[in-house]
Amino acid sequence: MQPYKSKKEYARYLLDRLQQEADRPLTAMEVCGTHTVAIARSGLRALLPQHIRLISGPGCPVCVTDDADLDYAIALAREKGVILATFGDMMRVPGTSSSLQQEKSRGADVRVVYSPTDALTLAAENPDAQVVFLAVGFETTVPTIAVALEQAIQQGVKNFSLFSLHKLVPPVMEALLEDPEVKIDAFLNPGHVCTILGSEPFQFVAEKYGKPCVVAGFEAVDILEALLLIVRQYREERPAVEIQYKRAVRPEGNHVARAYIDKYFIPASARWRGIGEVPGSGLVLREEFAQWDAARRFSLTVAPGKRVRKCACGEVLKGLKLPHECPLFGKACTPMKPVGPCMVSTEGSCAAYYRYGEQKVGGAI
Amino acid sequence: MCLAIPARITKIKGMLAEVDLGGNTKEINITLTPEAKVGDYVLLHAGFAIQVIDEKAAEEIFEAWEEAYAALQE
Ligand code: SF4
Repeated sequence: MQPYKSKKEYARYLLDRLQQEADRPLTAMEVCGTHTVAIARSGLRALLPQHIRLISGPGCPVCVTDDADLDYAIALAREKGVILATFGDMMRVPGTSSSLQQEKSRGADVRVVYSPTDALTLAAENPDAQVVFLAVGFETTVPTIAVALEQAIQQGVKNFSLFSLHKLVPPVMEALLEDPEVKIDAFLNPGHVCTILGSEPFQFVAEKYGKPCVVAGFEAVDILEALLLIVRQYREERPAVEIQYKRAVRPEGNHVARAYIDKYFIPASARWRGIGEVPGSGLVLREEFAQWDAARRFSLTVAPGKRVRKCACGEVLKGLKLPHECPLFGKACTPMKPVGPCMVSTEGSCAAYYRYGEQKVGGAI
Repeated sequence: MCLAIPARITKIKGMLAEVDLGGNTKEINITLTPEAKVGDYVLLHAGFAIQVIDEKAAEEIFEAWEEAYAALQE
């Protein structure tokens, strides 16, 4: 961006290029909650040429947690002698009939931690309790949890286990590409997931499905630059995986982190809220680490609860509906009183739309 | 949830390091970036360094992060 005096000027240039170069309608999906927030906050949608549509996909690991899985986590929290440790974002996510926050107020021992190693510290400090860490996150977070588990094993901490609800991004992108209802022409790839994975695991998007795929950073100009790369690939019909966010993403990713994932976890089928079962899109602990698996250590039977049908999260997560097209949006469902998880997490699509109001133009530019 | 922020390493003690985060010192884990050295900028996520980044890049990300972080705090 050398010749430009300011980011604002550069952003205007990029918007102008997009206007000139986008020769046919294009729908791009971002699969990253941090992008969802950045896009909503900067008001980018309203500034883009009319035929470029940006939709938000399943980019927030909190929002995609299935209510049945959350019910299981709640059942774990209700177990006598269990301390359930979780990242803060999970506290208010509704299960079928309760949330971890509600359980805590009813006396369950639920603790919010910032890092998975804090959960390990909790286990060491409470030798008479069983500490279960609610392992939620995409590829960015999994390696940090694998390191905490390794420390537990090395230090012989026996009262520590994981309830793995991890989700993997490439398989869900493939599931969306296979869904005849979902129409996506290109992907804005999640920056920090790609810090770990690099670009290789996304090659199939270009090679098998012929769609452009660009790893983007988190400033408005990053997203505009990435969109321009997409528009050029699209126009020239040469789909590829490109990295715009070169500051933090190398094509090979972080191999140490990836080796940690592979050492402890193995892909398994997982349930995504609103999307359903996606083969190979979750991670479970490998057989040799079964004793650290909370699902196996406790093996609870949880009766299926009744799902909240009115929430349109599923359609929002697939990009079929924009948040404000949900009849509950801003009325029965607000960040203070969320009906669905997309309104709970700060990075959920509904919360981002609610907070920044998509009609607002301008923002960062 | 995948938000990662840049921080500069000021001290290394085995697999732990101290970083400067806007004037505050914080202890982080560098198991995932064994190549990290004192003075390096790293991307920080859930108490762990997940990538070493170059200094110029760090400044750019820092601005982006301030923007994103401010957005999440509002
Ligand atoms: S506005 Fe609320 S109820 Fe509607 S889809 Fe979003 S989270 Fe679900």
